This record gives sequence, C-alpha cells and structure tokens, in this order.
Amino acid sequence: MSIVMTTRPPEAPSNKVASFKPTLLQTEEHHLCPGCGEPVAIRLVLEVIEELGLAQKNVSIIGHGCYGSFIMTMDVDSTLCLHGRAPAVATGLKRMRPEVAVWTLQGDGDMTSEGLAEILHATARGENITCILLNNGVFGDTGGQMTASSVIGQRTKNTLEGRDAAYHGYPIVIGDMVAAMPGSAFVARGSVHNAASIAATRRLIRKGFQRQMEKKGLSLVEILTMCPTGWFVPASGGADYMMESLGKTYPLGEIKDIAATEQA
Amino acid sequence: MRQVTRGTLVIDADRCKGCELCIVACPPRVLTMSRTGNATGYLYPELAPGCTGCTACQQVCPDFVFEVYKYHEPIVSGSDAERMQ
Repeated sequence: MSIVMTTRPPEAPSNKVASFKPTLLQTEEHHLCPGCGEPVAIRLVLEVIEELGLAQKNVSIIGHGCYGSFIMTMDVDSTLCLHGRAPAVATGLKRMRPEVAVWTLQGDGDMTSEGLAEILHATARGENITCILLNNGVFGDTGGQMTASSVIGQRTKNTLEGRDAAYHGYPIVIGDMVAAMPGSAFVARGSVHNAASIAATRRLIRKGFQRQMEKKGLSLVEILTMCPTGWFVPASGGADYMMESLGKTYPLGEIKDIAATEQA
Repeated sequence: MRQVTRGTLVIDADRCKGCELCIVACPPRVLTMSRTGNATGYLYPELAPGCTGCTACQQVCPDFVFEVYKYHEPIVSGSDAERMQ
C-alpha cells in the first residue's frame, strides 16, 4: 500500500478543517501517557469556551491529578487548589466575580474520594459554577490506586483481584447524587472513547456552560476518560476496556437538565 | 481499484506516543502504524490514499498530532481514473 506524504500541508488547493490543538492551548506538548483520555476532554472544554466567547472571561479551578500539568499550557486564568476543594474555591470566586464563567476540573479521585463534601455542598447551595469531572476510576497521578468511583471487579493497584463490594464497598455514582439535589441545573455524562461520543460530549459541555451563564445552578459534566496505564491494559485497548467496565456502571447521556424541565 | 481521496493530514510523527487510537477511529481505515519508530522510539500512524477529511483521527488523538485538510476537488486514483485517461 502506498503511503501519502504527511510531513507538510498539501500543495493541491485545500481548506484546513481541523488544527493540531485548540487556540486556547499554548503548546501541543504534554507528558501524559499514551492513550490517555484527559487531553481530549481538556481540548473539548477549551473549544467550547472559545465557541461561547468566554475566552477572556473564564477562570479554571484545577484539582489534583494528571490534568494539573495543563495549568502551564492552557491559555486561561487558573487556580490550582487543595485536593478536592475546587468547588469551594470556585464558590468564592463566582460570588466575587459573578460575570465570569468559573469552571472546575477534577478527577474522580479528587471529586469523589477526597472532596465529596465540597461538590455536594456546592450543589446544595446551588452555586452557578460548571464542574468537569474526568472519571477514569483510578488515582492515575499516583500510579493507579482504587478511588471511590472504581467499579466492582475493577483491577487497580491496590485491588489486584478486582474491587470486591463486600470488602471495598460500592462505587459512588456522583452524577446521580448531584442530579437528585435541587441545586443542580445540568448533570450529564459523556465519554471520549470514540469520535461520535466526543462530539456528543462537546454538546454536553456546551450546555453545562450555558446553564451557568443563565444562572440556573450548578452544572456537572462527568467525562469517562481512558487511563490504560492505571488499568494495566495496552494503550490501544483502553477505549474498549473503559466501555466494558466503567461504561456499564456509568451510563452515558443527560441525567438532568433544568431547562428541559422548565419548558415541560 | 478506484480510490477517491477527499482529504489529507499533516502528522507530527515525532510527537506521537503510539497509542493506536486513531487506527480504529478512522472510518475509511486508511491509517496504519509504521514499521519503524519516531525520534522517541514510538511507532506512529501513516496515511494511505482514501482519506475523507472527516477529522475523526484528530478528535480522538490525545497527543494532538493530526492536522486535517480537505481538498477543494477530490483526487481520484486507480483503475477508473486510468481508464478515463
């Protein structure tokens, strides 16, 4: 099979339909593992911020995890805060600067294991913030340990025989908990395992930011991301493994949209 | 075999980490992994004729190595094109 030259743009008349990176990312370089889903999720968020014209008026509140390395390369104002405390920091920022789009970026270890109280209290207060949860079921940053949202049977660094409900308990499904509280405006779960779900997730993130700017309440967009290193699977098998394990406990789609309820 | 190429890519092969997510994401299946490694030793995707410019590879790539171009006029190759000439 012949190979097409791909080292420089084509000479025949053509349009560029997709760039390497979103405009709000300063460089393509990052040190995350092969097959990681987090850079894809972060690209979606940055693209939505640009689409909505919020590039000059948004602040990201970053939790602790691998995604924290993007604080150096994202061209948005950022605050790195204590483990799990992103919604609390975002509350303060949003109350002082209500016109600014405030969004938090947290992993499942950060949100459900270390900072469960913060996200639930922020929801209970009905804060107008957008929380992005990158859910991969492991503490990827520290080497792939079990989190509160690891699914039953999931093999992690400290549950090598698989998570056992009798010993380790059941996973916390944070999306459903937040959706059940009256302070939340929009709760949805997307994933980045293929191109179609990436497009769907972009729409969910967009709605999440729109509900914040409409002052409807807290919006939570949970994104299932691959962590092949933390799951001990080959990088190419991460997407399939994710939908076979996490995908069954965390079904994709909108869980709650206050705008749809108000219209009905 | 008649082949229509509607788009093409620029692949920054040296930044690729060889996760192969683009290989399965490509609808026309025109991406294959290279036989030799890039500057850091990872295998990287190579493009065969038949790209549709759908941007699926660019969307799934965690390492931002793809840039997608769509031709104004599709490039037709293969037996049909040869017959026409």
